[in-house]
Amino acid sequence: MPAVSKGDGMRGLAVFISDIRNCKSKEAEIKRINKELANIRSKFKGDKALDGYSKKKYVCKLLFIFLLGHDIDFGHMEAVNLLSSNRYTEKQIGYLFISVLVNSNSELIRLINNGIKNDLASRNPTFMNLALHCIANVGSREMAEAFTADIPKILVAGDTMDSVKQSAALCLLRLNRTSPDLVPMGEWTSRVVHLLNDQHLGVVTAATSLITTLAQKNPEEFKTSVSLAVSRLSRIVTSASTDLQDYTYYFVPAPWLSVKLLRLLQCYPPPEDGAVRGRLTECLETILNKAQEPPKSKKVQHSNAKNAVLFEAISLIIHHDSEPNLLVRACNQLGQFLQHRETNLRYLALESMCTLASSEFSHEAVKTHIETVINALKTERDVSVRQRAVDLLYAMCDRSNAQQIVAEMLNYLETADYSIREEIVLKVAILAEKYAVDYTWYVDTILNLIRIAGDYVSEEVWYRVIQIVINRDDVQGYSAKTVFEALQAPACHENLLKVGGYILGEFGNLIAGDPRSSPLIQFNLLHSKFHLCSVPTRALLLSTYIKFVNLFPEIKATIQDVLRSDSQLRNADVELQQRAVEYLRLSSIASTDILATVLEEMPPFPERESSILTKLKKKKGPGKVPDVEETKKERNSDMNGSTEPASVNSSAVTMSTPSTSTDLLGLGSAPVLNSVAPPSAGGSLLVDVFSDNSPAVASLAPSAEENFSSPRIGSTDVVSDDPAAAVHDADELVDKFVCKNNGVLFENQLMQIGLKSEFRQNLGRMYIFYGNKTSTQFQSFLTAVICQDALKTQLNIQTKQVDPAVDGGAQVQQILNIECVSDFVEAPILNIQFRYGGALQNMSVKLPVTLNKFFQPTEMTSQDFFQRWKQLAAPQQEVQKIFKAKHPMDTEVTKAKIIGFGVALLDMVDPNPSNFTGAGVIHTKNIQVGCLLRLEPNTQAQMYRLTLRTSRETVSQRLCELLSEQF
Amino acid sequence: MIGGLFIYNHKGEVLISRVYRDDIGRNAVDAFRVNVIHARQQVRSPVTNIARTSFFHVKRSNIWLAAVTKQNVNAAMVFEFLYKMCDVMTAYFGKISEENIKNNFVLIYELLDEILDFGYPQNSETGALKTFITQQGIKSQTKEEQSQITSQVTGQIGWRREGIKYRRNELFLDVLESVNLLMSPQGSQVLSAHVSGRVVMKSYLSGMPECKFGMNDKIVIDKQGKGTADETSKSSGKQSIAIDDCTFHQCVRLSKFDSERSISFIPPDGEYELMRYRTTKDIILPFRVIPLVREVGRTKLEVKVVIKSNFKPSLLAQKIEVRIPTPLNTSGVQVICMKGKAKYKASENAIVWKIKRMAGMKESQISAEIELLPTNDKKKWARPPISMNFEVPFAPSGLKVRYLKVFEPKLNYSDHDVIKWVRYIGRSGIYETRC
Repeated sequence: MPAVSKGDGMRGLAVFISDIRNCKSKEAEIKRINKELANIRSKFKGDKALDGYSKKKYVCKLLFIFLLGHDIDFGHMEAVNLLSSNRYTEKQIGYLFISVLVNSNSELIRLINNGIKNDLASRNPTFMNLALHCIANVGSREMAEAFTADIPKILVAGDTMDSVKQSAALCLLRLNRTSPDLVPMGEWTSRVVHLLNDQHLGVVTAATSLITTLAQKNPEEFKTSVSLAVSRLSRIVTSASTDLQDYTYYFVPAPWLSVKLLRLLQCYPPPEDGAVRGRLTECLETILNKAQEPPKSKKVQHSNAKNAVLFEAISLIIHHDSEPNLLVRACNQLGQFLQHRETNLRYLALESMCTLASSEFSHEAVKTHIETVINALKTERDVSVRQRAVDLLYAMCDRSNAQQIVAEMLNYLETADYSIREEIVLKVAILAEKYAVDYTWYVDTILNLIRIAGDYVSEEVWYRVIQIVINRDDVQGYSAKTVFEALQAPACHENLLKVGGYILGEFGNLIAGDPRSSPLIQFNLLHSKFHLCSVPTRALLLSTYIKFVNLFPEIKATIQDVLRSDSQLRNADVELQQRAVEYLRLSSIASTDILATVLEEMPPFPERESSILTKLKKKKGPGKVPDVEETKKERNSDMNGSTEPASVNSSAVTMSTPSTSTDLLGLGSAPVLNSVAPPSAGGSLLVDVFSDNSPAVASLAPSAEENFSSPRIGSTDVVSDDPAAAVHDADELVDKFVCKNNGVLFENQLMQIGLKSEFRQNLGRMYIFYGNKTSTQFQSFLTAVICQDALKTQLNIQTKQVDPAVDGGAQVQQILNIECVSDFVEAPILNIQFRYGGALQNMSVKLPVTLNKFFQPTEMTSQDFFQRWKQLAAPQQEVQKIFKAKHPMDTEVTKAKIIGFGVALLDMVDPNPSNFTGAGVIHTKNIQVGCLLRLEPNTQAQMYRLTLRTSRETVSQRLCELLSEQF
Repeated sequence: MIGGLFIYNHKGEVLISRVYRDDIGRNAVDAFRVNVIHARQQVRSPVTNIARTSFFHVKRSNIWLAAVTKQNVNAAMVFEFLYKMCDVMTAYFGKISEENIKNNFVLIYELLDEILDFGYPQNSETGALKTFITQQGIKSQTKEEQSQITSQVTGQIGWRREGIKYRRNELFLDVLESVNLLMSPQGSQVLSAHVSGRVVMKSYLSGMPECKFGMNDKIVIDKQGKGTADETSKSSGKQSIAIDDCTFHQCVRLSKFDSERSISFIPPDGEYELMRYRTTKDIILPFRVIPLVREVGRTKLEVKVVIKSNFKPSLLAQKIEVRIPTPLNTSGVQVICMKGKAKYKASENAIVWKIKRMAGMKESQISAEIELLPTNDKKKWARPPISMNFEVPFAPSGLKVRYLKVFEPKLNYSDHDVIKWVRYIGRSGIYETRC
């Protein structure tokens, strides 16, 4: 039995615990506990008052019994009584019991809160700490309600002890996490920021955590923290390892605080003040320098702490993305880690490099490490690290190294883990296409890909090969030859057979001259594999055969024999049977002319996606392109699981117009035409004939087009937006929306924000769609619309909070109700923050709510127009601007823009027919402002003159600004 | 068939491990320990299936006996075997405890070799086993004796050897019954009641005697009653009992029981259990419990319990114990009783009232004041039933031994020469009254 003196321990408790431990069986334990409970009950009965010591002892026993897993339904009162004791040990046990056992709906909560309040009000720091810890441990809503007002006061009070401040900051942080809506913002926030200057590093650390969390919620309030954080950081970084005494951890000065400060800085853009900025850059440089120094200790703790600071610094550098010098240095530093012994370091280095690769400044620097990364891919033992290496290779790929990277990835694919094969396949396919200079290389690569990892090649990949081959005359012959050779392998993948069937069907004639690949040999080669395939592939091969009939009349008889055989004509599968019957009839009845027309070569596929690509490329440097594009593609492929009939049909209809007759028969390009449902195309005679007796045609394989050629509707609408620029150049973005109400507001790798809005008089409603483009859930998703300064009174915006979790691939909608009170200039700001894989993301976008949205068009005659025009002749009412056209001067486009602007376009009003005039009324809650405008283009000089007359000067100014940006 | 047999102590340490078949691997021992003995939640089912292996276990005080098999065996057979195994061990070294098992390692392995062969149960008759598995040192047996044992074990009557001789032919017969009862709170309505009984014999008879056992089985009495007058059948009908089901020792000739319902057998030597039976009708309830529970406010409870003995005044019940459960928030108890001793046992959450002896047709009462501690838990006390233990010198089922005849044609003693002793003991099983 442990010898415990009465002074510092509780003998009864020790005896009880050792009794329990000595119990031989569960039954014995329960008996002992029952006995003890009865004893405690009789003591608590209230006949005679217990002294503090025994109360503490019994509460302790109860706590122990509870922790053993038994129900405790009494003793709460005694525990609460302990709170009012003046002895530390008794108070401590009381608080311990309450934090562990008291549930929030207990009726004792008032008593407890009272006890806590008393302790908070006492000036005894240990008691205050106990109370604060209890609040933080329980963290219930009731407690938050009761104390959120008091804790900030304690936190910023001048006379509070350091340790209490520390606890108060952390307690507030906890309450902010459990019930963020209850923590009030007020004048204390500015004083909290000054805690960053505190003498006591513990207080600074606690305060930094608190400020970081609060700053994510409302960045504006804590803006001043940036400069303080920078100065604090620089003091830490430059200090010698002995300066900070207790806060030096294995020779690293205050690593936790440094990391937290760096995190805090990541909530904000780079500081605008030059001095602060300089100082920060200096700090970051120092951190990078320190990484180069030889380690002061061999202990793993030393290097861990040092690297933690370093990685956080690097992510800050990446976050700022503004100092090319730092970015390159960070990249080099990471490059060293790529060969480090620690697996974790290698992983982190690769991951950070991935983000670095997307920055235009450091893309080149990242590229220098290509050999190391490739090496990592080959030799790395840990699969997660290999995965990161693949990601990084993909991110650093551009035209100069595409061939090398693709070759390496293909090499690796043969030995890759099954879990990441599909991803690699997709990446290879995308890279090969994007950076294909030489299309024979592209064809080779993809065929290789199918050969190596056929199972992991999704439909879209081989659809894309075919599209590219058909669209490029120069590779057709080559690809036919390659495919033919590839098919000669004894075992080839079904996907390869599909590609082979399609390409030979189209371009088999190009290699028929060679006796080694004569028509009959080609046919026999394909047919030898026919029986091993699934139904859709067989259907495709049947189409190939009928194409052969057209291409090589000499083997027509052979093919007809095949089609006539029972295994085709009486196939159990309706689709195959029908194809066989129809093709057989077609080949025997139709003359060669008709055959040639019907089975003509496929027309080129329209290049839809590439238009976006070229546009993006024009706008941005090559460094930025891969990301944007890649995400788009990945998203498409993610979603492709089910075909969406609507979009398929529309794309297919437009596709098939150039050569209706060919497509309709479902030859060659089977996938395309089959999605054109017969009733939808009533024009041609052939259609009618076939739609009557062959409804089954409509149900063939899925469309080849969908995934490649039609990006989502959302993104097609606003091709002109440059998503990457959205955050910084918000003004430019708002301009895009001046003349239209729907479109994509913002897009990056993680999310896409779509917009739909409608306005009537002074009211508007805006639907915002947040789409999660990743496969992981966004957590604590929070949005806020901020109206700054004067805008608060000019615009009323109401909205409901959205669900805090957005699943991967999901979209959530938020509705804003907007009321225009009076005319305004600024645009409201939409602030979004969420957690993605642990990292907090924060972005701000200007909402395109502009004054012109509240226009009501007014029709008027020429006479009326000029009469009003003259009435508004006062000099401050007219605003005129002459400017150069930014876009080609097209009358129709201009008209559309003016109508989109909101005014009525008045025809035949102006004596000069090339001039445009418009009229409308802006509705706000307070006033209505009539508005007349006149736009006079000068095509020779490529200039416009815009004149606006309204009854209010400010309105004229603003409208003129808005509209002049549009032309 | 049984693949292996393990014996564990309360900590789950293996004391005895005997594997009979190859399909039971070494890990089976651990599987049972992890999943049953050390299970986080108490395993209540006696049969556990782990990875396509079945474990049948019984627990004797702190000792676990587990039979393991991978086949689809007759579970009842396995349990019968396990119980038999317990009986055999008790017969050899008394109480089954960890210490006793550790002290008798060799003996237990010897027994296990004998009573199970390739997982098939063999002769588990204690009397027979004792002839060739002894606890004394190895006694060199003569060839004659050896051959005798062999012929006995392999012969038709494996449970008795030939040539037994006693100077005094004696026979003890015990009828042991346990009464189970659940009574409604008003003390008027029997919710469920049954008696499970055993007839245990100890025979010291010479030669190979043929015995015949007769009791007041209703079917037998009725059959006989048909021939005689109605009156006798009526008067004896009251005496007869309806037996719901019964099982016999292997020595009883079942064919004869099936056809004539007569119990005839050649008894083993020494102690054995002749039959087991169960009755549910016309049970004599030796005691009646009348509880009175009154809640006075939130902090007090008054309990009054009256027990009435319901049998002939000349008989004496013994070892009476009444257990009155108390609420979980009891903080103090005051008890007053006229007879016996009563005490509040906190560790069991009950008041235990003990009376040494009590004659029939008497009544006795206890009253208690229970103080309660107010709790913030809204759960109401579940009021578990009051239970009772006792022992009475008669059979509560009403079973009577009518005769036990012994015939030994070869030797010169007759039925009259045998000294016979009969004893009835009725004990309480689960004897509860709701309150």
